[in-house]
Amino acid sequence: MAEPSLDIRQPLLDSLLAGLIALVVFGPIVGVVLDGYSFHLESSRVAWIVGAVMLGRFLLSLFLHSAGGRGWLQRLEGGGAGVQVLPPEHRSHLRWLLPLVLLAAVVFPFFAGKYLLTVVILGLIYVLLGLGLNIVVGLAGLLDLGYVAFYAIGAYGLALGYEYLGLGFWSVLPLAALMAALAGALLGFPVLRMHGDYLAIVTLGFGEIIRLVLNNWLSFTGGPNGMSVPAPTFLGLEFGRRARDGGVPFHEFFGIAYNPNLKFLFIYVVLLLTVLLVLYVKGRLVRMPIGRAWEALREDEIACRAMGLNHVLVKLSAFMLGASTAGLAGVFFASYQGFVNPTSFTFFESALILAIVVLGGMGSTLGVVLAAFMLTVAPELLRSFADYRVLLFGMLMVLMMIWRPRGLIRISRRGFARRPGVAP
Amino acid sequence: MSDGEILRVERLSMRFGGIRALHDVSLGVKCHSITALIGPNGAGKTTLFNCLTGFYRASGGRILFEARGRSTDVLQVLGGPFRAGDFLSPRRFASRLWYKLFGGTHLVNRAGLARTFQNIRLFREMSVLENLLVAQHLWVERGLLAGILNTRGFRRAEEQALEHAFYWLEAVDLVDCANRLAGELSYGQQRRLEIARAMCTRPQLLCLDEPAAGLNPAETAALSRIIRTLRDAHEVTVLLIEHDMGLVMGISDHILVLDHGELIAEGPPAAIRHDPKVIAAYLGADEEELA
Ligand SMILES: Nc1ncnc2c1ncn2[C@@H]1O[C@H](COP(=O)(O)OP(=O)(O)OP(=O)(O)O)[C@@H](O)[C@H]1O
Ligand SMILES: [Mg+2]
Repeated sequence: MAEPSLDIRQPLLDSLLAGLIALVVFGPIVGVVLDGYSFHLESSRVAWIVGAVMLGRFLLSLFLHSAGGRGWLQRLEGGGAGVQVLPPEHRSHLRWLLPLVLLAAVVFPFFAGKYLLTVVILGLIYVLLGLGLNIVVGLAGLLDLGYVAFYAIGAYGLALGYEYLGLGFWSVLPLAALMAALAGALLGFPVLRMHGDYLAIVTLGFGEIIRLVLNNWLSFTGGPNGMSVPAPTFLGLEFGRRARDGGVPFHEFFGIAYNPNLKFLFIYVVLLLTVLLVLYVKGRLVRMPIGRAWEALREDEIACRAMGLNHVLVKLSAFMLGASTAGLAGVFFASYQGFVNPTSFTFFESALILAIVVLGGMGSTLGVVLAAFMLTVAPELLRSFADYRVLLFGMLMVLMMIWRPRGLIRISRRGFARRPGVAP
Repeated sequence: MSDGEILRVERLSMRFGGIRALHDVSLGVKCHSITALIGPNGAGKTTLFNCLTGFYRASGGRILFEARGRSTDVLQVLGGPFRAGDFLSPRRFASRLWYKLFGGTHLVNRAGLARTFQNIRLFREMSVLENLLVAQHLWVERGLLAGILNTRGFRRAEEQALEHAFYWLEAVDLVDCANRLAGELSYGQQRRLEIARAMCTRPQLLCLDEPAAGLNPAETAALSRIIRTLRDAHEVTVLLIEHDMGLVMGISDHILVLDHGELIAEGPPAAIRHDPKVIAAYLGADEEELA
């Protein structure tokens, strides 16, 4: 355009076109009202709707043609374009936000009811799962469609460990992480030499195998009936109104009134601490050689091998660490539900966790935390839409792929201050 | 292996199905030399590189590489198939099994051989510096606990790796791009970054696959200066594939000529320049005309 002034013709044309389409769409639906066997025309309603559409479209195109609108559009489209490297002296604005979020997390249980507490616990469990899968998919670039298997190993680890070995929450927590990592290694070592699609299919199969075994090994896992899980304890103190075997329950020991939410409060606190720990470890990992190796492997496996990295071991470490995080999440899930059965570990669950990672932006920690809450807490709060959950979910994914294929949060890489180059 | 040689290739052959990409190639590379490998398109130069660096397992022959005070048999560390003799001697069986499980291309690099690629392979969505840090994986503190606790030893190792990275950035004149994405760099910068990254693995033999492809004359001149410094100041041996005859004749001490998967000539630049077989290969003459 030669002159900087607004060009009014294009918005007018746009609005005319939109009006025409609105007329075709709404005319028969809104304008023709059946009345017994005859009908009458409601032209004023149609006129209102078409008018509103035309005005809206006109204003929208006017805005998008103005300088401000163009800039906004560019930002929207450019924002998802890729990765940026931050300047070395960059300090994130989020460091002001972090203490506030922590404070909110600490005071939250004092005001929340049991329902809200359980919803947030579920959200935090998915944060844990998302962070774990983010290592595998987001950082190392290995498509794992059977991630839920490791989650199941953690959950059933607690149930089976209690049933057959008499283990409790605290002893299973580290054991489950170890067991899941071991399962990851056993699955990973033979299959990690494969590439993208093959790996996805093998992991998908692994997830289903674990679920089918849990479902069909009636004598060991209780099959579809599931198994009960013990409530967690704190230094051996139980959270029920009465302790079994003549012990002293938590509230009597500390001389406070009995609160039926105590068990969930306890899970919330331990879970929150675990999530913070995992967040910290994740933050360190991406600055460590192993994290850099994962990302390099995602970028170019052949170049990695030429740099002396053993690609199988690098992949295996990502797989194992991701799996152990899922194992932890499984233990929390089992004690939160007080019961486990195989229906909690279907492929849909794997897909949901993968969606969290994709939505959050591959490799972005903050994005994963936000997405985990969006995809788990929002459906709980919008219970009336429960039937449409999967539909909404699918639409969200399609929109994301169009507008923000790289995820909600733009990935930024750390910049380094200049060092004097010293001869080797 | 005769003395003063860093690399010895004996009767190497490589076939892809019916294609005979390399046939009975024997060659040696002298320590601290710049050796060029030339030949017409499709002669098998890249294939030879891939065999040397362990990306292809050669169908026959032997590659011996002597660096970092020990000698490496490239085909052995790749974990070749079991032979009848392996089942008789437990030691050979164990070594074969070990290399089958944990061997691979990376061991060739760890033995002291680094390479660049004909079609550039950088970690495009990582910053230039991170590319160089990944290459130093074996020289930094890799312990999980040390990294998570951010111990003093870990920080010192990272700092040294950064300084080393900046040293190489200076050497290839990319310091100003340190905090940019590798994929954003211009073509010539990417080529130089690939050399810096290969050097960060602290090799003794550097294999460059067409480093001057796509560079303008000024960049090519800068590149030949860099390659010379690599040899003179850093004591690496350079083996390069190149089509730019000006560059090849200018910097190499020794030239190997490959055609149709066979070594047809070798010698100093002056001799190669006038070798009728080489001229014929490049001009596409028939064998009868030569004879
Ligand atoms: N992976 C492969 N599978 C099948 N054939 C291959 C493979 N790699 C190379 N070849 C064949 O081997 C021959 C030599 O190829 P190579 O890439 O080594 O040539 P080059 O000398 O590097 O050529 P250029 O100068 O064009 O890079 C060609 O005929 C090619 O088709
Ligand atoms: Mg080639």
